[in-house]
Amino acid sequence: MGAYQAFTALLLRDLKLGFRNMGDLLNPLLFFLMVVTLFPLALGPEKSVLQEHAPAVIWVASLLAASISLDTMFRSDMEDGSLEQILLSPYPDIILVMAKILAHWLMTGAPLTIFALLLSVLLYLPGEAYLPLLGTLLLGTPILSLVGSVAVALTVGLRSGGMLLVLLILPLYMPVLIFAISAVNNAMRGLSVAGEFYFLSGMLILALTLAPFATAYALKIRMG
Amino acid sequence: MLGPTIDKFAAPKNAYSVACTLSPWLAWISILLFAGGVYGGLFYAPPDYDQGEAYRILYVHVPAAWMSMFVYVVMAGAGACGLIWKVKLMDAVARSCAPLGASFTLLALITGSIWGKPMWGTWWVWDARLTSELILLFLYLGYMALQSSIDDRRTAARAGAILALVGVVNIPIIHFSVEWWNTLHQGPTVTKLDEPSIHVTMLIPLLIMSIAYTTFFITMLMVRLRAEILDQERNTTWVRELVLGGTD
Amino acid sequence: MNEFLHMGGYAAYVWSAYGISLVVLITNIILPIRREQALLHDIKKKLQREEHKS
Repeated sequence: MGAYQAFTALLLRDLKLGFRNMGDLLNPLLFFLMVVTLFPLALGPEKSVLQEHAPAVIWVASLLAASISLDTMFRSDMEDGSLEQILLSPYPDIILVMAKILAHWLMTGAPLTIFALLLSVLLYLPGEAYLPLLGTLLLGTPILSLVGSVAVALTVGLRSGGMLLVLLILPLYMPVLIFAISAVNNAMRGLSVAGEFYFLSGMLILALTLAPFATAYALKIRMG
Repeated sequence: MLGPTIDKFAAPKNAYSVACTLSPWLAWISILLFAGGVYGGLFYAPPDYDQGEAYRILYVHVPAAWMSMFVYVVMAGAGACGLIWKVKLMDAVARSCAPLGASFTLLALITGSIWGKPMWGTWWVWDARLTSELILLFLYLGYMALQSSIDDRRTAARAGAILALVGVVNIPIIHFSVEWWNTLHQGPTVTKLDEPSIHVTMLIPLLIMSIAYTTFFITMLMVRLRAEILDQERNTTWVRELVLGGTD
Repeated sequence: MNEFLHMGGYAAYVWSAYGISLVVLITNIILPIRREQALLHDIKKKLQREEHKS
Protein backbone atom coordinates (compact mmCIF):
# COMPACT_ATOMS: atom_id res chain seq x y z
CA MET A 1 0.00 0.00 0.00
CA GLY A 2 1.10 3.53 -0.61
CA ALA A 3 1.95 6.16 1.95
CA TYR A 4 -1.55 7.62 1.91
CA GLN A 5 -3.11 4.23 2.62
CA ALA A 6 -0.61 3.67 5.42
CA PHE A 7 -1.58 7.04 6.87
CA THR A 8 -5.29 6.23 6.84
CA ALA A 9 -4.71 2.72 8.13
CA LEU A 10 -2.71 3.96 11.10
CA LEU A 11 -5.20 6.75 11.77
CA LEU A 12 -8.15 4.37 11.79
CA ARG A 13 -6.28 1.85 13.91
CA ASP A 14 -5.45 4.47 16.52
CA LEU A 15 -9.01 5.76 16.55
CA LYS A 16 -10.39 2.26 16.96
CA LEU A 17 -8.00 1.48 19.79
CA GLY A 18 -8.72 4.80 21.40
CA PHE A 19 -12.46 4.41 21.37
CA ARG A 20 -12.15 0.93 22.74
CA ASN A 21 -10.70 2.51 25.88
CA MET A 22 -13.49 4.92 26.70
CA GLY A 23 -11.92 5.71 30.06
CA ASP A 24 -8.77 7.05 28.46
CA LEU A 25 -10.86 9.32 26.31
CA LEU A 26 -13.14 10.65 28.99
CA ASN A 27 -10.52 11.26 31.65
CA PRO A 28 -9.06 14.41 30.10
CA LEU A 29 -12.58 15.79 29.62
CA LEU A 30 -13.46 15.01 33.20
CA PHE A 31 -10.23 16.66 34.33
CA PHE A 32 -11.12 19.66 32.20
CA LEU A 33 -14.53 19.89 33.83
CA MET A 34 -13.03 19.68 37.31
CA VAL A 35 -10.42 22.33 36.69
CA VAL A 36 -13.07 24.66 35.30
CA THR A 37 -15.16 23.97 38.41
CA LEU A 38 -12.27 24.98 40.66
CA PHE A 39 -12.47 28.54 39.48
CA PRO A 40 -16.01 29.46 40.51
CA LEU A 41 -15.15 27.83 43.83
CA ALA A 42 -12.07 30.01 44.08
CA LEU A 43 -13.38 33.20 42.54
CA GLY A 44 -16.91 33.09 43.92
CA PRO A 45 -20.23 32.67 42.07
CA GLU A 46 -20.62 36.32 41.10
CA LYS A 47 -21.57 36.50 37.42
CA SER A 48 -19.49 39.54 36.53
CA VAL A 49 -16.32 38.06 37.98
CA LEU A 50 -16.72 34.71 36.24
CA GLN A 51 -17.65 36.34 32.99
CA GLU A 52 -14.55 38.49 33.06
CA HIS A 53 -12.28 35.52 33.63
CA ALA A 54 -14.14 32.94 31.54
CA PRO A 55 -11.78 32.91 28.54
CA ALA A 56 -8.75 32.59 30.81
CA VAL A 57 -10.31 29.78 32.84
CA ILE A 58 -11.38 27.85 29.74
CA TRP A 59 -8.00 28.19 28.10
CA VAL A 60 -5.86 27.40 31.14
CA ALA A 61 -8.02 24.35 31.80
CA SER A 62 -7.63 23.34 28.14
CA LEU A 63 -3.86 23.65 28.34
CA LEU A 64 -3.70 21.52 31.46
CA ALA A 65 -6.07 18.91 30.05
CA ALA A 66 -4.08 18.78 26.82
CA SER A 67 -0.81 18.40 28.74
CA ILE A 68 -1.98 15.42 30.70
CA SER A 69 -3.70 13.78 27.76
CA LEU A 70 -0.52 13.80 25.67
CA ASP A 71 0.93 10.93 27.62
CA THR A 72 -1.27 8.45 25.78
CA MET A 73 0.06 9.40 22.37
CA PHE A 74 2.96 7.00 22.21
CA ARG A 75 3.03 5.15 25.48
CA SER A 76 0.94 2.06 24.77
CA ASP A 77 2.62 1.64 21.40
CA MET A 78 5.99 1.86 23.00
CA GLU A 79 5.08 -0.64 25.67
CA ASP A 80 3.85 -3.34 23.34
CA GLY A 81 6.53 -2.80 20.73
CA SER A 82 4.32 -1.54 17.95
CA LEU A 83 6.05 1.83 17.99
CA GLU A 84 9.25 0.18 16.82
CA GLN A 85 7.33 -1.62 14.09
CA ILE A 86 5.80 1.64 12.95
CA LEU A 87 9.21 3.29 12.76
CA LEU A 88 10.76 0.35 10.96
CA SER A 89 8.05 0.22 8.32
CA PRO A 90 8.92 1.36 4.79
CA TYR A 91 6.60 4.35 4.92
CA PRO A 92 7.94 7.84 5.67
CA ASP A 93 8.05 8.41 9.44
CA ILE A 94 6.60 11.87 9.12
CA ILE A 95 3.42 10.58 7.51
CA LEU A 96 2.94 7.98 10.21
CA VAL A 97 3.68 10.48 12.97
CA MET A 98 1.11 12.86 11.45
CA ALA A 99 -1.44 10.06 11.53
CA LYS A 100 -0.83 9.52 15.24
CA ILE A 101 -0.99 13.23 16.00
CA LEU A 102 -4.22 13.60 14.06
CA ALA A 103 -5.74 10.61 15.82
CA HIS A 104 -4.72 12.09 19.14
CA TRP A 105 -6.25 15.46 18.33
CA LEU A 106 -9.49 13.87 17.14
CA MET A 107 -9.76 12.05 20.43
CA THR A 108 -8.68 14.83 22.77
CA GLY A 109 -8.48 18.31 21.25
CA ALA A 110 -11.65 18.09 19.21
CA PRO A 111 -13.92 16.80 22.01
CA LEU A 112 -12.28 19.32 24.31
CA THR A 113 -13.24 22.15 21.96
CA ILE A 114 -16.88 21.14 21.94
CA PHE A 115 -16.94 20.56 25.67
CA ALA A 116 -15.29 23.95 26.24
CA LEU A 117 -18.10 25.74 24.46
CA LEU A 118 -20.61 23.96 26.69
CA LEU A 119 -18.70 24.84 29.84
CA SER A 120 -18.45 28.46 28.77
CA VAL A 121 -22.17 28.70 29.35
CA LEU A 122 -21.52 27.84 33.00
CA LEU A 123 -19.07 30.72 33.17
CA TYR A 124 -21.52 33.19 31.65
CA LEU A 125 -19.43 33.76 28.55
CA PRO A 126 -21.15 36.51 26.55
CA GLY A 127 -22.72 35.63 23.23
CA GLU A 128 -20.29 37.48 21.01
CA ALA A 129 -17.34 35.55 22.46
CA TYR A 130 -18.43 32.05 21.48
CA LEU A 131 -17.38 32.14 17.87
CA PRO A 132 -13.95 33.62 18.61
CA LEU A 133 -13.48 31.09 21.40
CA LEU A 134 -14.34 28.30 19.00
CA GLY A 135 -11.90 29.75 16.50
CA THR A 136 -9.06 29.95 18.98
CA LEU A 137 -9.70 26.40 20.13
CA LEU A 138 -9.88 25.06 16.58
CA LEU A 139 -6.57 26.69 15.76
CA GLY A 140 -4.99 26.26 19.17
CA THR A 141 -5.71 22.67 20.14
CA PRO A 142 -3.99 21.25 17.04
CA ILE A 143 -0.97 23.39 17.92
CA LEU A 144 -1.07 21.87 21.40
CA SER A 145 -1.16 18.36 19.94
CA LEU A 146 1.60 19.08 17.43
CA VAL A 147 4.03 20.82 19.77
CA GLY A 148 3.07 18.37 22.49
CA SER A 149 3.96 15.42 20.31
CA VAL A 150 7.59 16.56 20.21
CA ALA A 151 7.76 16.67 23.99
CA VAL A 152 6.04 13.28 24.33
CA ALA A 153 8.45 11.73 21.85
CA LEU A 154 11.36 13.07 23.87
CA THR A 155 10.06 11.78 27.20
CA VAL A 156 8.16 8.61 26.33
CA GLY A 157 8.93 5.78 28.71
CA LEU A 158 11.15 7.79 31.07
CA ARG A 159 10.54 7.13 34.74
CA SER A 160 9.82 10.77 35.50
CA GLY A 161 8.08 11.04 32.13
CA GLY A 162 4.70 12.47 33.02
CA MET A 163 5.80 15.36 35.18
CA LEU A 164 8.78 16.09 32.97
CA LEU A 165 6.51 16.23 29.95
CA VAL A 166 4.30 18.87 31.52
CA LEU A 167 7.31 20.92 32.63
CA LEU A 168 8.79 20.86 29.14
CA ILE A 169 5.59 21.69 27.44
CA LEU A 170 4.00 24.51 29.40
CA PRO A 171 6.59 27.16 28.41
CA LEU A 172 6.02 26.20 24.78
CA TYR A 173 2.26 26.54 25.20
CA MET A 174 2.39 30.04 26.64
CA PRO A 175 2.35 31.96 23.32
CA VAL A 176 -0.76 30.03 22.22
CA LEU A 177 -2.44 30.95 25.49
CA ILE A 178 -1.51 34.61 25.15
CA PHE A 179 -2.89 35.05 21.65
CA ALA A 180 -6.00 32.96 22.24
CA ILE A 181 -6.97 34.88 25.37
CA SER A 182 -6.22 38.16 23.68
CA ALA A 183 -8.54 37.24 20.82
CA VAL A 184 -11.48 36.28 23.02
CA ASN A 185 -11.02 39.27 25.30
CA ASN A 186 -10.95 41.58 22.33
CA ALA A 187 -14.13 40.00 21.01
CA MET A 188 -15.77 40.62 24.37
CA ARG A 189 -14.80 44.29 24.12
CA GLY A 190 -15.95 44.57 20.54
CA LEU A 191 -12.44 45.01 19.17
CA SER A 192 -10.85 43.30 16.18
CA VAL A 193 -9.50 39.79 16.55
CA ALA A 194 -7.73 39.68 13.20
CA GLY A 195 -4.18 40.12 14.49
CA GLU A 196 -4.49 37.38 17.06
CA PHE A 197 -5.99 34.97 14.54
CA TYR A 198 -3.24 35.69 12.05
CA PHE A 199 -0.69 34.77 14.69
CA LEU A 200 -2.50 31.64 15.74
CA SER A 201 -2.75 30.56 12.12
CA GLY A 202 0.93 31.32 11.63
CA MET A 203 1.85 29.27 14.66
CA LEU A 204 -0.34 26.41 13.46
CA ILE A 205 1.33 26.38 10.06
CA LEU A 206 4.76 26.51 11.67
CA ALA A 207 3.83 23.64 13.96
CA LEU A 208 2.38 21.62 11.07
CA THR A 209 5.55 21.94 9.06
CA LEU A 210 8.16 21.49 11.80
CA ALA A 211 6.64 19.35 14.54
CA PRO A 212 6.25 16.06 12.59
CA PHE A 213 9.94 16.13 11.65
CA ALA A 214 11.03 16.89 15.18
CA THR A 215 8.72 14.23 16.63
CA ALA A 216 9.79 11.55 14.16
CA TYR A 217 13.44 12.33 14.79
CA ALA A 218 12.94 12.37 18.55
CA LEU A 219 11.23 8.97 18.39
CA LYS A 220 14.12 7.56 16.41
CA ILE A 221 16.57 8.90 18.96
CA ARG A 222 14.66 7.48 21.92
CA MET A 223 14.01 4.13 20.27
CA GLY A 224 17.70 3.69 19.56
CA MET B 1 40.28 20.25 4.33
CA LEU B 2 38.31 21.56 7.25
CA GLY B 3 37.09 18.10 8.19
CA PRO B 4 40.33 16.59 9.46
CA THR B 5 41.16 19.79 11.34
CA ILE B 6 37.83 19.72 13.13
CA ASP B 7 38.22 16.02 13.86
CA LYS B 8 41.62 16.63 15.39
CA PHE B 9 40.37 19.62 17.37
CA ALA B 10 37.31 17.79 18.53
CA ALA B 11 39.18 14.71 19.61
CA PRO B 12 38.52 14.49 23.34
CA LYS B 13 42.16 14.21 24.35
CA ASN B 14 43.14 17.31 22.42
CA ALA B 15 40.09 19.21 23.57
CA TYR B 16 40.94 18.33 27.15
CA SER B 17 44.48 19.63 26.91
CA VAL B 18 43.34 22.80 25.13
CA ALA B 19 40.76 23.37 27.86
CA CYS B 20 43.38 22.81 30.57
CA THR B 21 45.84 25.19 28.96
CA LEU B 22 43.41 27.97 28.21
CA SER B 23 41.31 28.07 31.34
CA PRO B 24 43.87 29.63 33.70
CA TRP B 25 44.62 32.38 31.18
CA LEU B 26 40.98 33.09 30.54
CA ALA B 27 40.32 33.07 34.27
CA TRP B 28 42.85 35.82 34.82
CA ILE B 29 41.50 37.81 31.92
CA SER B 30 38.00 37.52 33.36
CA ILE B 31 39.13 38.70 36.77
CA LEU B 32 40.82 41.74 35.26
CA LEU B 33 37.82 42.55 33.12
CA PHE B 34 35.46 42.22 36.08
CA ALA B 35 37.69 44.47 38.15
CA GLY B 36 37.71 47.05 35.40
CA GLY B 37 34.01 46.78 34.74
CA VAL B 38 32.96 47.00 38.37
CA TYR B 39 35.28 49.93 38.97
CA GLY B 40 33.86 51.63 35.88
CA GLY B 41 30.30 50.86 36.86
CA LEU B 42 30.55 51.95 40.48
CA PHE B 43 33.05 54.83 40.25
CA TYR B 44 33.81 56.04 36.77
CA ALA B 45 30.28 56.23 35.42
CA PRO B 46 28.41 59.29 36.71
CA PRO B 47 25.07 59.01 38.54
CA ASP B 48 22.01 58.96 36.36
CA TYR B 49 19.76 62.00 36.03
CA ASP B 50 16.57 60.04 36.77
CA GLN B 51 17.61 57.07 38.82
CA GLY B 52 20.59 58.39 40.72
CA GLU B 53 22.88 55.65 41.92
CA ALA B 54 20.31 52.87 41.61
CA TYR B 55 20.86 52.53 37.87
CA ARG B 56 24.27 51.00 38.58
CA ILE B 57 22.48 47.69 38.92
CA LEU B 58 22.41 47.86 35.13
CA TYR B 59 26.03 46.74 35.08
CA VAL B 60 25.20 43.36 36.53
CA HIS B 61 21.68 43.04 35.17
CA VAL B 62 22.12 43.75 31.46
CA PRO B 63 25.19 41.56 30.87
CA ALA B 64 23.46 38.70 32.71
CA ALA B 65 20.40 39.09 30.47
CA TRP B 66 22.50 39.22 27.30
CA MET B 67 24.43 36.14 28.38
CA SER B 68 21.23 34.23 29.17
CA MET B 69 20.21 34.61 25.53
CA PHE B 70 23.66 34.14 24.06
CA VAL B 71 24.34 30.95 26.00
CA TYR B 72 21.03 29.48 24.88
CA VAL B 73 21.97 30.04 21.25
CA VAL B 74 25.38 28.45 21.86
CA MET B 75 23.67 25.53 23.58
CA ALA B 76 21.25 25.02 20.70
CA GLY B 77 24.02 25.47 18.13
CA ALA B 78 26.31 22.99 19.82
CA GLY B 79 23.41 20.57 20.12
CA ALA B 80 22.72 20.94 16.40
CA CYS B 81 26.39 20.24 15.62
CA GLY B 82 26.23 17.18 17.79
CA LEU B 83 23.11 16.01 16.00
CA ILE B 84 24.22 16.68 12.45
CA TRP B 85 27.92 15.90 12.55
CA LYS B 86 27.86 13.58 15.56
CA VAL B 87 30.72 15.38 17.30
CA LYS B 88 30.75 14.19 20.91
CA LEU B 89 32.56 17.31 22.03
CA MET B 90 29.61 19.40 20.91
CA ASP B 91 27.32 17.25 23.05
CA ALA B 92 29.53 18.01 26.03
CA VAL B 93 29.55 21.73 25.19
CA ALA B 94 25.76 21.85 24.99
CA ARG B 95 25.35 20.01 28.26
CA SER B 96 27.84 22.29 29.98
CA CYS B 97 26.13 25.43 28.74
CA ALA B 98 22.85 24.72 30.47
CA PRO B 99 23.73 25.38 34.13
CA LEU B 100 25.67 28.49 33.12
CA GLY B 101 22.80 29.81 31.03
CA ALA B 102 20.31 29.06 33.78
CA SER B 103 22.53 30.91 36.28
CA PHE B 104 22.70 33.97 34.06
CA THR B 105 18.94 33.88 33.57
CA LEU B 106 18.40 33.61 37.31
CA LEU B 107 20.75 36.54 37.87
CA ALA B 108 18.95 38.60 35.27
CA LEU B 109 15.65 37.91 37.01
CA ILE B 110 16.90 38.58 40.54
CA THR B 111 18.85 41.73 39.69
CA GLY B 112 15.95 42.88 37.54
CA SER B 113 13.62 42.39 40.45
CA ILE B 114 15.97 44.21 42.85
CA TRP B 115 16.27 47.07 40.38
CA GLY B 116 12.52 47.13 39.95
CA LYS B 117 11.78 47.70 43.61
CA PRO B 118 13.12 51.25 43.86
CA MET B 119 12.15 52.05 40.28
CA TRP B 120 8.67 50.63 39.95
CA GLY B 121 7.83 50.15 43.61
CA THR B 122 7.26 46.40 43.45
CA TRP B 123 9.48 43.33 43.54
CA TRP B 124 8.02 41.95 40.38
CA VAL B 125 6.40 43.41 37.31
CA TRP B 126 5.06 41.34 34.45
CA ASP B 127 7.22 43.40 32.15
CA ALA B 128 7.63 41.81 28.73
CA ARG B 129 11.34 41.32 29.15
CA LEU B 130 11.22 39.91 32.69
CA THR B 131 8.38 37.57 31.78
CA SER B 132 10.19 36.30 28.67
CA GLU B 133 13.28 35.87 30.82
CA LEU B 134 11.27 33.81 33.30
CA ILE B 135 10.03 31.55 30.52
CA LEU B 136 13.63 31.24 29.30
CA LEU B 137 14.53 29.96 32.77
CA PHE B 138 11.80 27.34 32.40
CA LEU B 139 13.32 26.29 29.07
CA TYR B 140 16.77 25.89 30.63
CA LEU B 141 15.44 23.94 33.61
CA GLY B 142 13.41 21.69 31.32
CA TYR B 143 16.51 21.02 29.24
CA MET B 144 18.53 20.11 32.32
CA ALA B 145 15.70 17.93 33.66
CA LEU B 146 15.43 16.06 30.36
CA GLN B 147 19.17 15.41 30.16
CA SER B 148 19.32 14.09 33.69
CA SER B 149 16.34 11.79 33.08
CA ILE B 150 18.01 9.91 30.26
CA ASP B 151 20.78 7.58 31.31
CA ASP B 152 22.51 6.99 28.01
CA ARG B 153 24.82 9.90 27.37
CA ARG B 154 24.47 10.02 23.61
CA THR B 155 20.67 9.70 23.67
CA ALA B 156 20.42 12.36 26.33
CA ALA B 157 22.54 14.72 24.24
CA ARG B 158 20.50 14.15 21.09
CA ALA B 159 17.16 14.48 22.88
CA GLY B 160 18.42 17.63 24.57
CA ALA B 161 19.52 19.02 21.23
CA ILE B 162 16.03 18.61 19.80
CA LEU B 163 14.49 20.26 22.83
CA ALA B 164 16.97 23.13 22.64
CA LEU B 165 16.24 23.62 18.94
CA VAL B 166 12.48 23.63 19.55
CA GLY B 167 13.15 26.21 22.24
CA VAL B 168 15.26 28.34 19.92
CA VAL B 169 12.43 28.46 17.41
CA ASN B 170 10.13 29.38 20.24
CA ILE B 171 12.19 32.14 21.84
CA PRO B 172 11.27 34.86 19.35
CA ILE B 173 7.65 33.63 19.46
CA ILE B 174 7.63 33.72 23.25
CA HIS B 175 9.25 37.12 23.41
CA PHE B 176 6.95 38.60 20.82
CA SER B 177 3.80 37.12 22.32
CA VAL B 178 4.71 38.31 25.81
CA GLU B 179 5.42 41.78 24.46
CA TRP B 180 2.06 41.73 22.72
CA TRP B 181 0.38 40.65 25.93
CA ASN B 182 2.33 43.12 27.97
CA THR B 183 1.52 46.17 25.86
CA LEU B 184 -2.13 45.24 26.03
CA HIS B 185 -2.00 44.98 29.79
CA GLN B 186 0.40 47.68 30.84
CA GLY B 187 -0.48 50.46 28.51
CA PRO B 188 2.09 53.01 27.42
CA THR B 189 4.28 52.98 30.54
CA VAL B 190 7.84 53.94 29.85
CA THR B 191 10.20 51.45 31.40
CA LYS B 192 13.37 52.91 32.78
CA LEU B 193 15.29 50.15 31.07
CA ASP B 194 14.70 51.85 27.74
CA GLU B 195 17.63 54.18 27.45
CA PRO B 196 17.54 55.31 23.83
CA SER B 197 20.85 57.10 23.98
CA ILE B 198 23.27 56.16 26.69
CA HIS B 199 26.14 58.42 27.64
CA VAL B 200 29.51 57.05 26.63
CA THR B 201 30.93 57.12 30.17
CA MET B 202 28.04 54.86 31.14
CA LEU B 203 28.42 52.71 28.06
CA ILE B 204 32.07 51.81 28.45
CA PRO B 205 31.73 49.96 31.79
CA LEU B 206 28.71 48.15 30.34
CA LEU B 207 30.77 46.92 27.40
CA ILE B 208 33.62 45.90 29.68
CA MET B 209 31.24 44.00 31.94
CA SER B 210 29.67 42.28 28.94
CA ILE B 211 33.05 41.09 27.74
CA ALA B 212 33.89 40.09 31.30
CA TYR B 213 30.74 37.97 31.56
CA THR B 214 31.43 36.41 28.18
CA THR B 215 34.99 35.55 29.12
CA PHE B 216 33.73 34.13 32.39
CA PHE B 217 31.30 31.98 30.47
CA ILE B 218 33.99 30.65 28.16
CA THR B 219 36.29 29.97 31.09
CA MET B 220 33.72 28.06 33.11
CA LEU B 221 32.56 26.27 29.98
CA MET B 222 36.08 24.98 29.59
CA VAL B 223 36.25 23.93 33.23
CA ARG B 224 32.99 22.03 32.87
CA LEU B 225 34.18 20.53 29.58
CA ARG B 226 37.22 19.13 31.33
CA ALA B 227 35.03 17.20 33.73
CA GLU B 228 32.63 16.13 30.95
CA ILE B 229 35.46 14.83 28.81
CA LEU B 230 37.01 12.94 31.71
CA ASP B 231 33.65 11.40 32.52
CA GLN B 232 32.97 10.49 28.92
CA GLU B 233 36.42 9.06 28.26
CA ARG B 234 37.09 7.51 31.61
CA ASN B 235 37.81 4.08 30.17
CA THR B 236 40.37 5.21 27.62
CA THR B 237 44.12 4.77 27.96
CA TRP B 238 44.95 8.45 27.95
CA VAL B 239 42.63 9.13 30.87
CA ARG B 240 44.05 6.20 32.79
CA GLU B 241 47.56 7.46 32.24
CA LEU B 242 46.54 10.97 33.18
CA VAL B 243 44.89 9.93 36.43
CA LEU B 244 47.46 7.39 37.56
CA GLY B 245 50.57 9.03 36.23
CA GLY B 246 49.83 12.56 37.33
CA THR B 247 50.28 14.09 40.74
CA ASP B 248 47.27 15.02 42.85
CA MET C 1 33.89 56.61 51.06
CA ASN C 2 30.72 56.63 53.08
CA GLU C 3 28.88 58.28 50.25
CA PHE C 4 30.07 55.54 47.93
CA LEU C 5 28.77 52.82 50.22
CA HIS C 6 25.55 54.76 50.69
CA MET C 7 24.82 54.78 46.95
CA GLY C 8 22.51 57.77 47.21
CA GLY C 9 20.13 55.90 49.50
CA TYR C 10 19.92 52.86 47.27
CA ALA C 11 22.69 51.02 49.08
CA ALA C 12 20.61 47.96 49.94
CA TYR C 13 19.53 47.49 46.36
CA VAL C 14 22.80 48.12 44.57
CA TRP C 15 24.91 46.11 46.96
CA SER C 16 22.53 43.17 47.14
CA ALA C 17 22.37 43.05 43.35
CA TYR C 18 26.15 43.05 43.03
CA GLY C 19 26.42 40.70 46.00
CA ILE C 20 24.04 38.11 44.58
CA SER C 21 25.78 38.30 41.22
CA LEU C 22 29.07 37.60 42.94
CA VAL C 23 27.60 34.67 44.87
CA VAL C 24 26.07 33.07 41.78
CA LEU C 25 29.24 33.52 39.74
CA ILE C 26 31.42 32.10 42.50
CA THR C 27 29.07 29.14 42.93
CA ASN C 28 29.53 28.54 39.22
CA ILE C 29 33.25 28.42 39.80
CA ILE C 30 33.28 26.22 42.87
CA LEU C 31 30.81 23.54 41.79
CA PRO C 32 32.47 22.52 38.50
CA ILE C 33 35.95 22.52 40.04
CA ARG C 34 34.75 20.31 42.87
CA ARG C 35 33.05 18.02 40.42
CA GLU C 36 36.21 17.70 38.39
CA GLN C 37 38.25 16.87 41.51
CA ALA C 38 35.68 14.34 42.70
CA LEU C 39 35.68 12.77 39.26
CA LEU C 40 39.46 12.49 39.12
CA HIS C 41 39.45 11.02 42.63
CA ASP C 42 36.72 8.59 41.66
CA ILE C 43 38.44 7.38 38.49
CA LYS C 44 41.75 7.06 40.31
CA LYS C 45 40.22 4.94 43.05
CA LYS C 46 38.56 2.64 40.54
CA LEU C 47 41.76 2.19 38.55
CA GLN C 48 43.76 1.47 41.70
CA ARG C 49 41.23 -1.14 42.72
CA GLU C 50 41.51 -2.79 39.33
CA GLU C 51 45.28 -2.85 39.53
CA HIS C 52 45.15 -4.45 42.97
CA LYS C 53 42.87 -7.16 41.64
CA SER C 54 45.17 -8.04 38.73
